[in-house]
Amino acid sequence: METTIEVSGLVKTFGRTRALDGLDLTVRTGEVHGFLGPNGSGKSTTIRVLLGLLRADAGAVRLLGGDPWRDAVALHRRLAYVPGDVTLWPNLSGGEVIDLLGRLRGGLDPKRRAELLESFELDPRKKGRTYSKGNRQKVGLVAALASDVELLILDEPTSGLDPLMEEVFQHWVRRVRQDGRTVLLSSHILAEVEALCDRVTIIRAGRAVESGTLGDLRHLHRTAIDAEVAAPLDGLADLPGVHDLRVDGQRVRFDVDAAALDAALRRLTELGVRSLVSTPPTLEELFLRHYEGVDR
Amino acid sequence: MSALTGTRHLARLILRRDRVLLPLWVLVLAALPMSYATSFFELFPTAAERAAYTEGTARNPSIVALLGPVYGDSVGALTAQRSGFLLVIVGLASLLTVIRHTRTEEEAGRRELLGGSVLGRYAGLTAALLVTYAADLLLGLLTAAGLAATGLPAAGSCAYGLAAALTGMTFATLGGLAAQLTETAGGARGIGIAGLGAAFGLRLVGDTADNDWPSWLSPLGWAARVRAYEGDRWWVLLLPLAATVLLAAFAYPVSVRRDLGAGVLPPRLGPAAAGRALSGPFGLAWRLHRGQILWWSVGFGLLGLILGGAAEAAGRSVEGNPQLEEIMARLGGASGLADAYLGATLSLVGLAAAGYGIQAALRMRAEESAGRAEPVLATGTHRSTWLLSHVVFALLGPVVVLATTGLATGLTYGFSVGDVPRQVGRMLGAGLAQVPAAWVLAGLAVLLYGLLPRLAPAAWAVLAVCVLLGQLGAVLELDQWLLDLSPFTHTPQVLRPTWTATPLTLLTILAAALTATGLLTFRRRDLPVL
Repeated sequence: METTIEVSGLVKTFGRTRALDGLDLTVRTGEVHGFLGPNGSGKSTTIRVLLGLLRADAGAVRLLGGDPWRDAVALHRRLAYVPGDVTLWPNLSGGEVIDLLGRLRGGLDPKRRAELLESFELDPRKKGRTYSKGNRQKVGLVAALASDVELLILDEPTSGLDPLMEEVFQHWVRRVRQDGRTVLLSSHILAEVEALCDRVTIIRAGRAVESGTLGDLRHLHRTAIDAEVAAPLDGLADLPGVHDLRVDGQRVRFDVDAAALDAALRRLTELGVRSLVSTPPTLEELFLRHYEGVDR
Repeated sequence: MSALTGTRHLARLILRRDRVLLPLWVLVLAALPMSYATSFFELFPTAAERAAYTEGTARNPSIVALLGPVYGDSVGALTAQRSGFLLVIVGLASLLTVIRHTRTEEEAGRRELLGGSVLGRYAGLTAALLVTYAADLLLGLLTAAGLAATGLPAAGSCAYGLAAALTGMTFATLGGLAAQLTETAGGARGIGIAGLGAAFGLRLVGDTADNDWPSWLSPLGWAARVRAYEGDRWWVLLLPLAATVLLAAFAYPVSVRRDLGAGVLPPRLGPAAAGRALSGPFGLAWRLHRGQILWWSVGFGLLGLILGGAAEAAGRSVEGNPQLEEIMARLGGASGLADAYLGATLSLVGLAAAGYGIQAALRMRAEESAGRAEPVLATGTHRSTWLLSHVVFALLGPVVVLATTGLATGLTYGFSVGDVPRQVGRMLGAGLAQVPAAWVLAGLAVLLYGLLPRLAPAAWAVLAVCVLLGQLGAVLELDQWLLDLSPFTHTPQVLRPTWTATPLTLLTILAAALTATGLLTFRRRDLPVL
């Protein structure tokens, strides 16, 4: 299996802060790889090392077969990058920025550019200073997606986009994958990563704590149930896949694995459900539950 | 909650953020009139000498056009006239300060951050205005005290100080109004500076015409018409006061009617696709720098025309003053004195050109901290290419500014002495002689940017030290080694018959070394440093 990004034991410190602490990351060619972690976990720092903007203190980094620090310029022609907070030149129009970034990367596909502008509903004539946060993000995305490159590095690219535009974004990422290109998608939104990615690396405090396919990470996906039942509770605690059961009179709260959800709900309905709230876990909860106390 | 809730906190925030800049311009602008008075006392101790200077120079139309009218031949009257152009700078500093703390904040989105907390509708504008008013009043007070300390009459000193303060306040309020009109700080600065330019133009026209009514329409004209030291017409001070109130009466309602972040004037659309020129780092840098370079050239070209026009009269002004005639003879006659005057003014333009170089170099820092450098450097653009695309403007900008000023000066001076071709060449040379010293400061800014990006704005402090050494060094009788720290001390006076090019070569080598070191350190450092 060919790899596009190969990082092992990456360390980067800023003064006393150890932003990256022995990070490992492998992205295979042609996959959409989710890079998942809470804010401040080191995602952007990793990406900047991959872009040769920051110099690694220790560890090995290979990108598209080259050294991102030494071969920066040659590698950059083969990739496109969208930062998490796209800032534009106040007196350049969005269309000008898209063309400029495209030309700096070695040209972009005019047909694809027009298609992208239409599907993202972006007016390219507005000046950079007048775009909203979401629209600035779109400018960065159009410039990257219209470029003819092997690798896309997207750092929380959908921040500020509304749900409709997030759909559009997902559509385009799927098209990019169909073309056989590779995507590294950093995010702190679990649902986004689930919708798009073949494999995921989860990072916390500068270290990869988990890496694998979505199937491998299924155990992360528990649903939290908060229900009120008519009859006194029994027979839930011994069901496999039910965790953290708390009973408070007739109110019952527990987390349940995706595989056990059906059985657990069946049991609840037998008891008579008066009210039921189910919530998917937030990334923060996942982290609290799974990785609290993981060695730093 | 009243409309002014939070004003005090915002004012303290402004003072905290401007704790260096604000005292700096207040002190420098307050100290200069005092140094003018001191030099007039020294140069023209007798009434006869002053009368000759007043007739020959101070009433010369070019001088009046640049500085304003003179109402007598007392040291006070001459000082008040000589400080005329300072009022333009006081107005500029005041209006930029207000815009910096209103529209710039809004454009950057920081005001939104504060708007969410407990702030009255008027708090933002009021805090910016109050701080600037306080700075202007302090400037007026210091100016008055300084002038009185040189031995000038206390009443006249107070009148001049108040006139300066009220001029500053008028333009501060104009800045406050301009900040409400456009969506961008750049647009607001444009409106404010256009207003200042109009005031200068009206005063210039009124003061040089037979009938001076246009001057009565200009805040800069009012300040002169207070006639400090020559009658002290206090009632004229009511005019800038009324203008301040009137401008504020426009600005406040507009500030409430519009949305946060919006302006009154609609924004314009740009092209949907990039033109051919915008296809590489140099094309981008040209787009970012071209406005500055154009306006600086226009401004300094005009300044050069006025300076050149005034030079010949300055040369003749000492006729009848034996002491000065003797100095002049040593300098090489009437043309020698004109040359000395032109050399001195062009060296001031050299300092301004260094300022251009510094701001062009620091543009890189702004690009980096705003997050606009990163996407460009993540493309096929080499770090060195990106740096050089900006450095080109930091180095060429001073050349353009000084060449334009030199050419314009040579043109009008050449006309007045009837020898255009020769004077254009000489003045172009004298302007360009300032370039290497300006390059040293621009190179220093590049070095700081590469090596210690967080400290890069310190280049401005170095320029301020050079200005002080050059302007006040002789007055304060500082040691030569101290004066030698400024690259401008080493620039030869090329209008004199004998000078050597060695210092120019050495300064250029130094500038090149600073720039190259900046480039090397930039290539090796982390990006972005926030």
